[in-house]
Amino acid sequence: MRALEVLDPGRYALVEDLGRPGYAHLGVAPSGALDAASLRLANRLAGNDEAAAGIEALLGGLAVRFTAAATAAVTGPSVPVTVDGRSVGSHAPVPVRAGQTLSVGTPAAGLRCYLAVSGGIAVEPVLGSRSRDVLSGIGPAPLRVGDVLPLGAPAGIPAGADVVLPAAAPADLVVPVTLGPRDDWLDDPARGLSAWWTVTAESNRVGLRLDGTPLHRSTDRELPSEGVVTGAIQVPPSGLPVVFLADHPTTGGYPVAAVVRTAALSALAQARPGTRIRFRPS
Amino acid sequence: MRWRRCGEDAALLDCDSLDQMRAAHATVLAARPEGVVDLVPGARSLLVVGGVAAVRAVLDDADLTHPPAGEPREVTLDVRYDGEDLSLVASDAGLSAEAVVSLHTGAVYTVAFTGFAPGFGYLTGLPEPLRQPRLASPRTRVPAGSVGLAGEFTGVYPRESPGGWRLLGHTTATLFDPHADPPALFAPGDRVRFRSVG
Repeated sequence: MRALEVLDPGRYALVEDLGRPGYAHLGVAPSGALDAASLRLANRLAGNDEAAAGIEALLGGLAVRFTAAATAAVTGPSVPVTVDGRSVGSHAPVPVRAGQTLSVGTPAAGLRCYLAVSGGIAVEPVLGSRSRDVLSGIGPAPLRVGDVLPLGAPAGIPAGADVVLPAAAPADLVVPVTLGPRDDWLDDPARGLSAWWTVTAESNRVGLRLDGTPLHRSTDRELPSEGVVTGAIQVPPSGLPVVFLADHPTTGGYPVAAVVRTAALSALAQARPGTRIRFRPS
Repeated sequence: MRWRRCGEDAALLDCDSLDQMRAAHATVLAARPEGVVDLVPGARSLLVVGGVAAVRAVLDDADLTHPPAGEPREVTLDVRYDGEDLSLVASDAGLSAEAVVSLHTGAVYTVAFTGFAPGFGYLTGLPEPLRQPRLASPRTRVPAGSVGLAGEFTGVYPRESPGGWRLLGHTTATLFDPHADPPALFAPGDRVRFRSVG
């Protein structure tokens, strides 16, 4: 069997693909790679369909041994990658032989590294996806030492590019958003969201929790629970916004002031605690 | 009724009532417009993800006072009414525990919307005396299958979790199994009854 053996999951490593949209009416989040652009890129480099499952490793630190020859690629922030101790670099297709070990170092900036392997991680899908949803516990458990992950049959040839420049993970982010659906429930949310916010350490795959000058409600009405989308900027009673990421609750009872543009979600997935964020409403 | 923008490819239909939301939901489900990824009912709203223009076209032409009838799915759950808050609910309602059970089992509920956890349905149709606030301090651990109530809703915890609903009893039914088809016992629009078992 073509497989990967987990020698070290690092801080927190999860199997993720592009998620399971379509079940929100049953209370199931879309889930999937938080930095979907980086997983897609890793898959292209490894010769996979962009939707194949890979490993999302928080702050790198992942080490895996291959039972068969494969092409691997690590993306996300720029990060040291070695095969049997030999430096091979990230953001490039890496040929690996049976028995070799690929190790991912710690990125100097950013949060989430992605490993794609030719054939993709072929664990059993749940509701059409191999993604781990940390809020509901659906999908494969967080990786542990000794886990053996089956690989699928390689489908395509690795993308031709030798090296792709990694996206930077800046200390300050300007994030485009569209106002609504409940911008009228808040006092001047466009101005409030345009101020600087700081990513807190309580952030995770469910949401990015921000600290800053609280937003104020313009009404005391209670909001009946309503569906929320990925990227929704929800404003709880504290006035400190939460940006919902892939594993978000499917309904919520606090007003959503604005929604982050889809293309900007990958940058949020790489925002370390302490990163400063301001939103640019349109 | 009013459409609200919700990012690039979604929109929230703000409804005047739960009934209007149900009518809009049933209308869209019956028309099956192209491109819809998710259709998420809320307590007074319907979230449309993908296919927004097609859904708007369907609803612009619809008479929501006469929604498609459809045949709602019916689910009956066996409940052992031995919940930790049964006597609290009874005393706040000014009723005996037996009367609370007979009120709760006598009503027909509708799954209005879901959330909180996969498979958790907010069921409307709760008799007036049972509409009671959630607990002042939520429990850190509510067992799977617990049947509770809060505000205008009753519901069943699909798995062990923290929770602040008043607990009437428990069921052994499986509310959510990601490997089953469908994975959730409750979907919006379903009719639900509870039956008391020894």
